[in-house]
Amino acid sequence: MKKPEVTPTKETKEFWSGCQKEVLKYQYCNTCNTSQLIPGPVCKKCQSDDLKWAQSKGKGTILSFTEVHRAPTPAFREDAPYFIALIDMDEGFRLMTNIKRDAHTQPFIGQPVTIVFTQQGEQKIPLAQLE
Amino acid sequence: MSIEAFITGAYDTEVGHLPDSSCMQLHTESALGAIKDAGLTPQDIDGVLCAYSFTEPHLMLASVFCEQIGIHPNFSSATQVGGATAAIMLMQAAALVKSGQCEHVLIVTGDNRLSGMSRDGAVAALAEVGHPQFERPFGISVPAAYALVAQKYMHEYDVTSEQLAAIAVEHRRHAGRHPKAHKQEPITIDDVLNSRIIASPLHLLDCCLISDGGAALVVSAGSPSRPSPSAVQVLGVGQGHTHEHIVAAPSLTDYGCRQSSQNAFQMAGMTPKDIDVALIYDSFTITLLVELESIGFFKRGEAGPAALEGALGLDGILPCNTHGGLLSYGHSGAAGGMFHAVEAVQQLRGNVGVRQVKNAKTAFVHGDGGILSAHCSVILGGT
Repeated sequence: MKKPEVTPTKETKEFWSGCQKEVLKYQYCNTCNTSQLIPGPVCKKCQSDDLKWAQSKGKGTILSFTEVHRAPTPAFREDAPYFIALIDMDEGFRLMTNIKRDAHTQPFIGQPVTIVFTQQGEQKIPLAQLE
Repeated sequence: MSIEAFITGAYDTEVGHLPDSSCMQLHTESALGAIKDAGLTPQDIDGVLCAYSFTEPHLMLASVFCEQIGIHPNFSSATQVGGATAAIMLMQAAALVKSGQCEHVLIVTGDNRLSGMSRDGAVAALAEVGHPQFERPFGISVPAAYALVAQKYMHEYDVTSEQLAAIAVEHRRHAGRHPKAHKQEPITIDDVLNSRIIASPLHLLDCCLISDGGAALVVSAGSPSRPSPSAVQVLGVGQGHTHEHIVAAPSLTDYGCRQSSQNAFQMAGMTPKDIDVALIYDSFTITLLVELESIGFFKRGEAGPAALEGALGLDGILPCNTHGGLLSYGHSGAAGGMFHAVEAVQQLRGNVGVRQVKNAKTAFVHGDGGILSAHCSVILGGT
């Protein structure tokens, strides 16, 4: 059983094609200048469809994290335990990522991270590296 | 004279590991039980609300159910809002009878997700509520998503794992008083803390069960008087919605339960202090703690210490989930939330024996769907 494949949609293909080139992009509203937590068809604050993409510097902080011991599917079982984190990016958008780990990795809330990329199936996906 | 909504019938099946059960059999037993409890016949039912099933999924579950038992209502629909489904169907049924569109609405749920699909299968199916692009590629599960909530909430309000464990222990104590509960053997705080980590900081015993079971209610119009002495009135209802996926939640500490409960309390003309027994969605210990504090039963940071002191026990200041909740009574999909509602009705009827809350006149029922995403609160009143 494989890990879930990413199937980009009209709203997200800019993000995922950026990841393939190891460029982290985020969507923001050109009307109210708010970054979208995750991409969507309109601005979640003002419902404007005048949405633009910008390149992130790839820096953020840990909003929360967990170490998963009980994986949801066999594909993730060999990775367990693995970290999942919610990252608040400096530009105001949000990512869920895994955390790059070694034997001593112990993240904390508020910890600065840099986003790097890792290959998963056909797609490069973001990965948090602790500062 | 305005029409009021009353729960006139309530029924729940055996719960736990029921290898001879099926989804539709659990629906049927629950429905016929609730209709009989209401003193009605199936032909009296003119509205039907169903939820969803993992083991017999169908695009039109309510139509399938009506076909199976041979009824032809004036209104029929299925509802899918995860763990908020039961409470939302109750809110919808109340609206249908209060508007005069229906006289007797049947709400029916049931699933055999333990014996019908295995625990692994249920865990994998539930993980599909994660965002397909922005959550699932990272190995998210429902417990992991709630663990993200727990880590942040514990950090903000100094909640300890011991306090969360106290919630699990109290639920097991409640379940020990219910002959049908899935898990009845007592547990200690150490048992919870020593159970294996599922997703830090949540241990196995911080997590709800996976069970087979079904439950149903009949909601009837009362115009204006109470249809029977055992009827329980729907006094207030409300919903709150902030997100579906935890990656898109506007806050990790403030959720839609605040809005849903405010609306329900306002409609009922009550405050949390007026509630005698609370039946609140407890998919994880952290779920209940966040809800108790967001709804206003406790101040921020105070539900955990209160749980340690027995505040949620039968003789506590807020007897909560007196059947044992999803943590110990059982959780069978949408029926999980219905068990809370059925217990509320039975508490208000005053016939639950050793687990009876003394002089229970008001009950607060609350459902949470997704990752604290969709909320519905219902306030009920007995005689």
